[in-house]
Amino acid sequence: MISKEMKVSKLRNGAVIDHLAPGMAMKAIEFLGVRGDDSLAIGMFFESKKMGRKDILKFENRQLSREEINKIAVMSPEATVCIIKDYNVVEKFKASLPHEIEGIIRCSNPKCITNNEKVATRFVVQEKEPLLVRCQYCERAMHGNEIEFV
Amino acid sequence: MKQDLAKFMGTDVISIRDFTAEDILAILEYARKFENYKQPILQGRILATLFYEPSTRTKLSFESAMMSLGGSVLGFSEAGASSSAKGETVYDTAKMMDGYADVLVIRHPLEGAARRAAEAADIPVINGGDGANQHPTQTFLDLFTMLKTKGTLQDLHVGFLGDLKYGRTVHSLAEAMSHFRSHMYFVAPEMLRMPDHILAELREKNIPFMETERLYDVSAELDILYVTRIQRERFPDPLDYEKVKNVYILNEKLLEHVKTDLKVLHPLPRVNEIDTSLDKYPQAEYFQQSKNGVTVRKALLSLVLGVRQ
Ligand SMILES: [Zn+2]
Repeated sequence: MISKEMKVSKLRNGAVIDHLAPGMAMKAIEFLGVRGDDSLAIGMFFESKKMGRKDILKFENRQLSREEINKIAVMSPEATVCIIKDYNVVEKFKASLPHEIEGIIRCSNPKCITNNEKVATRFVVQEKEPLLVRCQYCERAMHGNEIEFV
Repeated sequence: MKQDLAKFMGTDVISIRDFTAEDILAILEYARKFENYKQPILQGRILATLFYEPSTRTKLSFESAMMSLGGSVLGFSEAGASSSAKGETVYDTAKMMDGYADVLVIRHPLEGAARRAAEAADIPVINGGDGANQHPTQTFLDLFTMLKTKGTLQDLHVGFLGDLKYGRTVHSLAEAMSHFRSHMYFVAPEMLRMPDHILAELREKNIPFMETERLYDVSAELDILYVTRIQRERFPDPLDYEKVKNVYILNEKLLEHVKTDLKVLHPLPRVNEIDTSLDKYPQAEYFQQSKNGVTVRKALLSLVLGVRQ
């Protein structure tokens, strides 16, 4: 099913991140990083019944940790992940927001210490739906639509 | 009770949000012991005051608190006098203080600077004001003043008057009061209303509040009236300032419209928003409130240093 949608060859081992918000694929790669032995297929602006448009990422030979996947949830709460082993989906789950988000999003407050000194940002997720996060430094709350990524 | 208080040893005091209702009440109750109390329980301890922007009152209040408990004080006030002028981060400066002092107070124009300092330093860090964000010892002393004059924090009817948009003291105080089932009355010109995100939080907690532009709509209900200054700089159009500046000036006439045991609070310094004619009445609590600042800071220093009476 997934391979048909993506029009690329089946994965033997690795992970597929599906239902990424359209346009988020490159951001997601930036966060997850690409290692030497990864091979990667990127699909952007695919048609989706559920979402209208969506991005898809396929990582060959890459095991994604829960932590990494949860980072993806911050930029794309609908994202789903399939772990593939020997061409079979061995695990499928929805990304879920971590309680605390470190170093992924920028604080919207120009007077925040994180925008003035070299400090990794820390946000606590106060509400998931709709998304509301609070900066642990300046305490400013930001809604999902105000979020900018580092 | 003693057991409870031991947990504050080594605690940072960064934001009133870090404290539960029980914490707040335990600290305020303990602070009562420090009124007119001068014993050298903190002898040999050093408070570092890192004031990256001037705030004479806050600095003097902390210094007085530390010295009246027998401790010593060192520090700087204004960034130019410190190494931050040479580009040192808050983190590095605070970390270095571990070697110089037993507790530090930081005041900084950037929001979150105190939290950052607390990450660096092993010694307890007290936030003396970080930009427009938090000034928790001010909130503690405001609450202490209410508790002392009213005997309780529960079910109080509290009016907030003046600049409710930019005034950080009123934001923190309203958030803290929401622990105690209070009724809140926000009296401000349309341009300086309480921010929506704070009203939303109150709604979520089912805290009854109302907003009005006219003090006399609500003055008869109040147990506490918390006054803040309306600053000319907040108004892009000077005409807008002229329209509101005299509307929110309190004088003796206020007393015809209030409960006799109303207490008027103000974080000081005042400019003209409370006429001096009010000072002689028992409702004027603001100078006592300022004295309470030293009392509360003595208690907090004693708690975070783990040396209690
Ligand atoms: Zn921030």
